[in-house]
Amino acid sequence: MEDMLFYDRMQFAFTITFHYLFPQLTMGLSLMIVYFKWKFLRTEIEKYNDAAKFWMKIFALNFAMGVVTGIPMEFQFGTNWAKFSELTGGIIGQTLAMEGMFSFFLESSFLGLFLFGEKLLGHKLHFVTGFLVFLGSWASGYLIIATHSWMQYPVGYEIIENGKFVLNNFGALFSNPWLLPSYLHNQAASLVTSSFVVAAIGAFYLLNNKHHEFGKLFVKTGVVFGLISSLLVAFPTGDLVAKNVVKYQPATFAAMEGIFETEEGGSEIVLIGQPNMLEKKLDNKIAVPNILSFLTYQDWEAEIKGLNEFDESVHPTNVPGLYYSYHIMVGLGTIFIGLMLLATVQLFRRKLYKTKWILWALMFMLPFPYIANTTGWYTAELGRQPWLVYNLLRTSAGASPTVSSGNTLFTLLGFIGLYLLLGMLFLMLAGKIINKGPEPETH
Amino acid sequence: MELFWYIVLMTMLAVYVILDGYDFGAGIIHLFFAKKEKDKKAITNAIGPFWDANEVWLIASGGVLFFAFPTLYASSFSGFYLPLMMILWLLIFRAIGLELRGQVHNKMWESIWDKAFGISSLLLALFFGVALGNVVRGVNLGNVVNGVSTQEAHFFFLPLWNPTFSPQAEQLGIIDWFTLLLGVIGVVALTIHGANWIIFKTNSDINEKLKKVVFNLNIVLVGLVIISIFIWHIIDPEPFKNFIDKPWLIIFPIICFTGLFGLFKVKSFKKHGIGFLFSSLFLFGGLTSTVASIFPKVLPSTNNINPDLTLYNVAADEYGLSVGVYWFAIAAVLVTVYMIIQYKVFKGKMDDVGYGEH
Repeated sequence: MEDMLFYDRMQFAFTITFHYLFPQLTMGLSLMIVYFKWKFLRTEIEKYNDAAKFWMKIFALNFAMGVVTGIPMEFQFGTNWAKFSELTGGIIGQTLAMEGMFSFFLESSFLGLFLFGEKLLGHKLHFVTGFLVFLGSWASGYLIIATHSWMQYPVGYEIIENGKFVLNNFGALFSNPWLLPSYLHNQAASLVTSSFVVAAIGAFYLLNNKHHEFGKLFVKTGVVFGLISSLLVAFPTGDLVAKNVVKYQPATFAAMEGIFETEEGGSEIVLIGQPNMLEKKLDNKIAVPNILSFLTYQDWEAEIKGLNEFDESVHPTNVPGLYYSYHIMVGLGTIFIGLMLLATVQLFRRKLYKTKWILWALMFMLPFPYIANTTGWYTAELGRQPWLVYNLLRTSAGASPTVSSGNTLFTLLGFIGLYLLLGMLFLMLAGKIINKGPEPETH
Repeated sequence: MELFWYIVLMTMLAVYVILDGYDFGAGIIHLFFAKKEKDKKAITNAIGPFWDANEVWLIASGGVLFFAFPTLYASSFSGFYLPLMMILWLLIFRAIGLELRGQVHNKMWESIWDKAFGISSLLLALFFGVALGNVVRGVNLGNVVNGVSTQEAHFFFLPLWNPTFSPQAEQLGIIDWFTLLLGVIGVVALTIHGANWIIFKTNSDINEKLKKVVFNLNIVLVGLVIISIFIWHIIDPEPFKNFIDKPWLIIFPIICFTGLFGLFKVKSFKKHGIGFLFSSLFLFGGLTSTVASIFPKVLPSTNNINPDLTLYNVAADEYGLSVGVYWFAIAAVLVTVYMIIQYKVFKGKMDDVGYGEH
């Protein structure tokens, strides 16, 4: 039974981690492509249209990867989490079915027109199709996070006989206090990924002395979008999400911040230290006094409950994993803001394109927004454990009763092999598109 | 309310089979009949801008199943775990075959992805037929062994096959000779359907040859359908009971046979879309007749200990189903608009759409 649950969790974690590498880029990138196309319509400078077309190629590749790795996500609710689906399907089925009906149809119908229809449609209509693809992908994110929010903070339900969750207030799914902060936080983070990718490719071109015009355009656009989105991720969205966690999941908050003991006169913010689960404390910690209380409650001396005050049965299952995920996300987020601030200063001084070290830093920063997004999601998901539906349904009660660990391990290995192949193909093809670069219409 | 969502779900599944069915069929044609590069291009152009939107019907149907019939979703998805996972892998292979083929100009690269695309299309057609066979044959709900349920009454698990390959064994498998027969019908029917789509949407050189293929395969299809009707009583002692009780249901078999026999006139159709229309009628009629024959069951039980799953005992609660009607109505209008726009822009022949060229 134990290892059955373990493989079910591993498979979901592995497939969702891999899947979300792609939508996090396409959601942000769709907005930036719409921006380039809009810029072209306003200025009629060809370079913007060429830029839009170049990023559409990257977008198409990522979108295809997102689609093919996304279908297994919907299937796995039923295949691996049958008990969870049976008990909560009447509620989370609503938002998941809406995602299919409202966003996937929108995205997929207009993606074909967007990718192949430029000549047929003319620039204005082509812009509209791009906008609709953007709208579809952001609607998809909204409905997924509505589902996620219900699992984190269940609302609008009642529990009837045999433990089934029944919806009694549809509107509550969308006025859930968990939803809006999480959604905005996630979308801003998605924009961070796309901004950093655009800036990194631009820096790559500048450092290689090729596609100079586009290199400058990409670095500039990436830095401006990157600064705005990195700031938005931290404040107000990240701040609001953290306030939800402390309010609704206080044990999770204590664990992710690494606060084991309640401190008199305000809690410190932990910068460095390893959770020691044997002695329930942090080893070799470096912390700044009172900051956490201030950030959380705008009161230097507010009390924050330490993890040790909560009963073990409600502790997050994997405290160190949660703590590291959260600290990696926050640490990287801080670095992103710092780098983008420096780059923006240089941009205003008209020195950015010649400041080699910043260009190098921008280029090498490419993988890190992916890591930050992933660890951010790990924080949310590990933070909810040991629950599937917070405080109401344990993860151990949600797995499929009839699917044995041998079968799950078989398919997990299959997914690992297949996704390894997909990942290699993706890198190869993305590399090819990037290396070839944008192609101006007049050549 | 349950009945409304049942009809919605079946309609969406039928639309999915008709739409993604031509994708799979085109893949099979691509595998066996397209030898020249030009013909292969014509085929991928004819499905390229659509396949992704077509597959959304599968995801959306899955979503509606999850939301309206959560117990059925949970039971069948965990019980048919292995074939569903393989369908997922095949869908992935098929999609990357189609999308990546044109990204690198190299003979070996192209032929690898051609095969990936074609073979996974073929296997998907087979699997979907087998899946339908499993649903009508029923499963050992509650995993009954020696007269005792070993699981909750609505859960089960099937291995890929059992040693006897018999649909009447106590411990069933996904693949037995009955479900395999439906799988073969699936392959033949979708091959015809795909050929009709290619004839409809391209000016390819192989169109004349494809008309012959459709004609010949249709003879095979008629034979297989007749065999299946004669042996149907093995899995369901009273297969025609529903049609006798509710005579208006006969409309579905009539649609099915109209499509089937209409296809024999494939060589004389003036308009290229007519063949596609007839094979769509066959698929729609065949699917609806099959599910109508077991109505209101959605997954029969093969033991007499645990009851069949019917659309009434697997549905979500009344409030959720009612409130869903509102958003579904809005979404249905929007989806119709999208489809009209999409097919208007890509109307007519697709030979020059330049799909997959970079």
